[in-house]
Amino acid sequence: MTYPLLVTKRMTDFPSDSHTLERYEATGGYKAARASVGMTRDQLVEAIKNSGLLGRGGAAFSAGLKWSFLAPARPAYLVVNADESEPGTFKDRQLLERDPHQLVEGIIITAIANEVHRAFVYVRGEYPKPARRVQKAIDEAYAEGYLGKGIFGSSYDLDVVVHLGAGAYICGEETALINSLEGLRGEPRLKPPYFPAAVGLYNKPTIVNNVETLSNLPHILNQGIDSYKGLGHEADTGTFLFSISGHVKKPGNYELPHGITWNELIFDIAGGMRRERRLKTWIPGGASAPWFVPSDHLELPITKDDTAKAGSMLGSGAVVVMDEATCVVRAAERIVRFFAHESCGQCTPCREGTSWLEMILRRIEAGQGREVDFDLLLDVSDNISIGLAWPPRMTTICPLGPSAVSPIISITKYFKGEIMTHIHDGGCPLPA
Amino acid sequence: MTDLTREGIKATVGEEMVKVTVDGQEFEAPKGQMLIQAAQNHGTYIPRFCWHPRMRPVGMCRMCLVEMETPKGRVLITACTNPVADGMVIDTKSEVAKKAQEGVLEFLLINHPLDCPVCDRGGECPLQDHTIAYGPGESRFVEEKRHFEKPIKISDLVYLDRERCILCARCTRFSDEVSGDPLIEFLDRGNFTQINTFPDQPFASYFSGNTVQICPVGALTSKAYRFRARPWDLVSIESTCPHCTTGDRITVQASQNEVLRFLGVDAEATNWSWLSDKCRFGFEFIESPDRLTSPMIRQEDGSFTEATWTEALELVASRFTEIRDAGKGLAVLGGARGTNEDAYALAKFAREVLSTNNIDCQLDDGLDPQFLAATADRARISDLDSARTILVWGPDLKEEHPTLYLRVRHAVQEKGARLVLIHPWRNGLDDRATHKLTYRPGSGAALLTRLQSEEGEVATALAEGPLVALLGRTGYGEDGRLAEAVAAHVRSLGGKLLPLARRSNVYGALDMGLAPSLAPGRATTDNPGKNAAQILEGLAEGSILGLLMVGSDPVRDVPNGELARQALEQARFVVALDQFLTDSSRLADVVLPVEGFAEKEGSVTNVEGRVQKVNRVVPGPGQSRPDWSILDDLSDRMGRSINLVSAEAIAKEIATEVPAYVGVTWDMLDAEKDGVVVPLPEATQPLVYLPADTPGKSFSGELVLHYARTMFDDGVLMRHGPSLEHLAPGAVAILNFDDARRLGLSDGDQADIKTSQGSARLTVRIDPSMNHGLVYVPFNQPGIPSLGSDPVVTVTKA
Ligand SMILES: Cc1cc2nc3c(=O)[nH]c(=O)nc-3n(C[C@H](O)[C@H](O)[C@H](O)COP(=O)(O)O)c2cc1C
Ligand code: SF4
Ligand code: SF4
Ligand code: FES
Repeated sequence: MTYPLLVTKRMTDFPSDSHTLERYEATGGYKAARASVGMTRDQLVEAIKNSGLLGRGGAAFSAGLKWSFLAPARPAYLVVNADESEPGTFKDRQLLERDPHQLVEGIIITAIANEVHRAFVYVRGEYPKPARRVQKAIDEAYAEGYLGKGIFGSSYDLDVVVHLGAGAYICGEETALINSLEGLRGEPRLKPPYFPAAVGLYNKPTIVNNVETLSNLPHILNQGIDSYKGLGHEADTGTFLFSISGHVKKPGNYELPHGITWNELIFDIAGGMRRERRLKTWIPGGASAPWFVPSDHLELPITKDDTAKAGSMLGSGAVVVMDEATCVVRAAERIVRFFAHESCGQCTPCREGTSWLEMILRRIEAGQGREVDFDLLLDVSDNISIGLAWPPRMTTICPLGPSAVSPIISITKYFKGEIMTHIHDGGCPLPA
Repeated sequence: MTDLTREGIKATVGEEMVKVTVDGQEFEAPKGQMLIQAAQNHGTYIPRFCWHPRMRPVGMCRMCLVEMETPKGRVLITACTNPVADGMVIDTKSEVAKKAQEGVLEFLLINHPLDCPVCDRGGECPLQDHTIAYGPGESRFVEEKRHFEKPIKISDLVYLDRERCILCARCTRFSDEVSGDPLIEFLDRGNFTQINTFPDQPFASYFSGNTVQICPVGALTSKAYRFRARPWDLVSIESTCPHCTTGDRITVQASQNEVLRFLGVDAEATNWSWLSDKCRFGFEFIESPDRLTSPMIRQEDGSFTEATWTEALELVASRFTEIRDAGKGLAVLGGARGTNEDAYALAKFAREVLSTNNIDCQLDDGLDPQFLAATADRARISDLDSARTILVWGPDLKEEHPTLYLRVRHAVQEKGARLVLIHPWRNGLDDRATHKLTYRPGSGAALLTRLQSEEGEVATALAEGPLVALLGRTGYGEDGRLAEAVAAHVRSLGGKLLPLARRSNVYGALDMGLAPSLAPGRATTDNPGKNAAQILEGLAEGSILGLLMVGSDPVRDVPNGELARQALEQARFVVALDQFLTDSSRLADVVLPVEGFAEKEGSVTNVEGRVQKVNRVVPGPGQSRPDWSILDDLSDRMGRSINLVSAEAIAKEIATEVPAYVGVTWDMLDAEKDGVVVPLPEATQPLVYLPADTPGKSFSGELVLHYARTMFDDGVLMRHGPSLEHLAPGAVAILNFDDARRLGLSDGDQADIKTSQGSARLTVRIDPSMNHGLVYVPFNQPGIPSLGSDPVVTVTKA
């Protein structure tokens, strides 16, 4: 089955030159931005609120609502979160590389809606090509008068700066990102204040939005709210970019509506399992999300609410599929290691706890597990994320620490037998 | 807005109150106050490591997690980062909260080396204490702990053990937020996060010792205290720091009659628990083996022999009586470093026994004693906290008044005050100045006239009160009358001021009458005597024959050291009451050993007129005696008894006889931890001095000398402390590039620096921040003769 495309339509139709200004303008580009120059902040915020657009960075928070929280102090800033580093996520990269003008247009609309005259695009350090493409698009937009002084012949000024990160996952967290932009250590800030929209970059009101979130904006304005909403499923409007990786035949990015089932996603759209092996488990929304298993979740519709009810999240849309040959202890260890490595180190439970979990898992995988380690894994996790609930009751400043607990929750819940076999048999029962 | 006190954060008057419930107990707390503080004020202690009431919260350790009720159920929050709000309901002891707290402690301990038996903090360690109170009973961690090289020396004074560090950011916040020299920082991230200094940049902060005090574990230790004692063996007695005029409160700790440590006390009125390193580590002199233990009499050949008290006092009494009765002059220099009681005894002795008004506790420091003791519109230190504008035109506070420097930084940075900073050159507060003006010494009067007459940003800032001004001489070349003229201008704008002087108890000594023009209690004398400079000239030319020096070292401590040396050499008879043989007491005929700080009880008075106690912790060395008792003994032997029997009795005499001090008793000072500001409401102050608007002399020359103090120098108390003796920066002459080129000098050259009062050969340093026509030389550096107070200088290549 095929579904209508929005943010990936141009790159699908014109794979060779979708990133160029010519192609962009030839396919209706900058029409929405031009129109928004004449609109008021209230009109734009209302429109986006009504569209139901949810943030695509992971937290799925209403974009329009966030904009409406913008504190009155000025200047206000816009920061585009292009740090994309959640393991399994690679959708923003494609948007940056293949349709950068779409993002620039989104930036213009957001800036006008939030009375912003200076925007920053914070691109993950390992993305030099996407950064170059975005920079080129910005340069072209300046040359056309779409950016800079008096955009589109109006009296509105807008400058955009591209900034490359330095290789820290935590700088995708919006307040750590802001610290990093300011030249400080990449560490999340304390909450409250809960939103950078109140106090953000240089202590000014700041809107932080994900690349995909902003890439949706021109389409919402161009095709109208109703038509946009119609693409999606109830609370989840519009389309959603899934990055599917792992043991499927056709990994990649897929732009889809919400509401289809996991079965359809994995077995139809992604082509089913590689080497005809059996599906063992999958991560539904990035490394931070608790895992799903075929026995319980295959027929579940993919919506924000259904996923949350089942104890996980869609997050950044990264689906990692694992087949029956996967050792879940090793898989969990790999993910926990990632979080331990990326912990900023500010808070005690995350700094100490994630490394401890990593060490325990590594011991179990190496055949040195002890009977007590199963409960120890759970209790150490519990001290990072009390009650092991979803969404987590954090003992930490930001959700990174509790994210590291998700794989532990998953493997202790669904694969206790496999863990105990590791412990009893002195190592991994699966072939390396 | 919140305000900070000894107990921590407290409400400012008139603040909105909100109702909070903590563990079932409902109470009111000022809106905006952090929950951890509000709970503590009402009897609920929430465990913590990173939170410190004098710094911004970071919420890093997560030890203070508690549960809060919300419409969506209970959530965990950190009590140190969440301000109280109306209707807030908190549970600090719920199962979930306790689990979280225990979990955090276990996490902190898994990588902790547990070398408590050899750790300075053992026994006074929040990590130990919290582990007993809130921690898990046993360890579940079987992996290898994190390792770092054991203590690394991060400065001349401080060692860092990263294995013990719990990464609470107290040290980094102190350096960044409080002292403004962020030389200690977090490195790396995650499990590898560590505290360290930057490569090739030691933790060379004037305030580094504070981080040792506030580190919640034994990660930061000081050279001076490492392995010296176990906390449970220490006797702790609160006192007042003997080094600065701020009256900083400290705890003096001793073991087996040996002073081992000073700790800052969080006194709201003064130092908020902070101390400069000079003060914190400036206790070592007390136990120095060089302390004088016996009276000494100089022999014909210049050497000293020990004598009995009777021999020595008989000699002094007969020689002083002889000079006095012959009508030849006698004079007294010093007394600004002791107690008010000793100062009172000295003033009484000078006037009643020696019959002289040639008395000066200042050593040519340049400000009129009446201005220092009794200026109208004197400010309180705490006025800085609510000032709209602060004017600092005087010494570099970071060098000479370190805790005032911290307080001004705080007012500007945390409370939004504007800072107008006027100084000849670079100044410790430059990075916080809203307006910075530089000028060449000698042209200050012209600058003041401009400020008075012209409109501009600075004039506007000064006109917008509340205005608090800290005024003094920026260096030895400055005419002291300039500060008074600035004071007059500040008063005309409705501002308050603090006139700044050095020597720890100078304000108390002046109040006791140790000035040629002052009688005890801030009153004037009828026939003023000679001041320090005139006394030295008198001695040198023979119009004054006898001198009593009390804890003073004029040879090293007056700007014109050469004149002081001549004076002491020419004098017919010189007596020194001192703790050490100094360059000056070495030239005396009789040297009498005295008890010093921590060895005697008394009161002292700070820059704002606050009277506080100093206390006895250890006995004085050998046969040393308190000043008052020596002077009383001498008075008997000279036939004019002053009848003093104890320091406490003198305090009672002061409380009844000395006008501005009427009613001030030791009992009162012991009860009021922050002391009292004199005069008390029931007392009166005879003299209220109106600063004179006569800006003093202007001068100009091709080159002008900026000759000013640094925190560490060759002062006698520093010379006798192993931690501090090497910290003096050493003498150099700093010049601007153009001036240096004109004089044919390059960086590193030797040059002769000459004024009308002295000369020295110094290494030239070229500094682009130096003003044209200005030469900076730090005062009193080891091995360098003094240059005097004449600011016109010549520099020639050696
Ligand atoms: C640990 C962590 C990492 C994150 N990384 C990213 C990221 O790489 N990209 C992103 O857009 N948002 C990331 N986020 C979410 C951002 O904090 C923020 O919610 C988002 O950028 C807001 O944009 P949106 O509302 O458009 O989704 C991360 C959040 C956390 C807690
Ligand atoms: S949870 Fe981890 S990443 Fe987040 S602030 Fe704490 S230490 Fe840093
Ligand atoms: S050295 Fe001490 S004060 Fe500094 S972070 Fe470590 S534990 Fe805290
Ligand atoms: S005391 Fe609150 S987090 Fe450290």
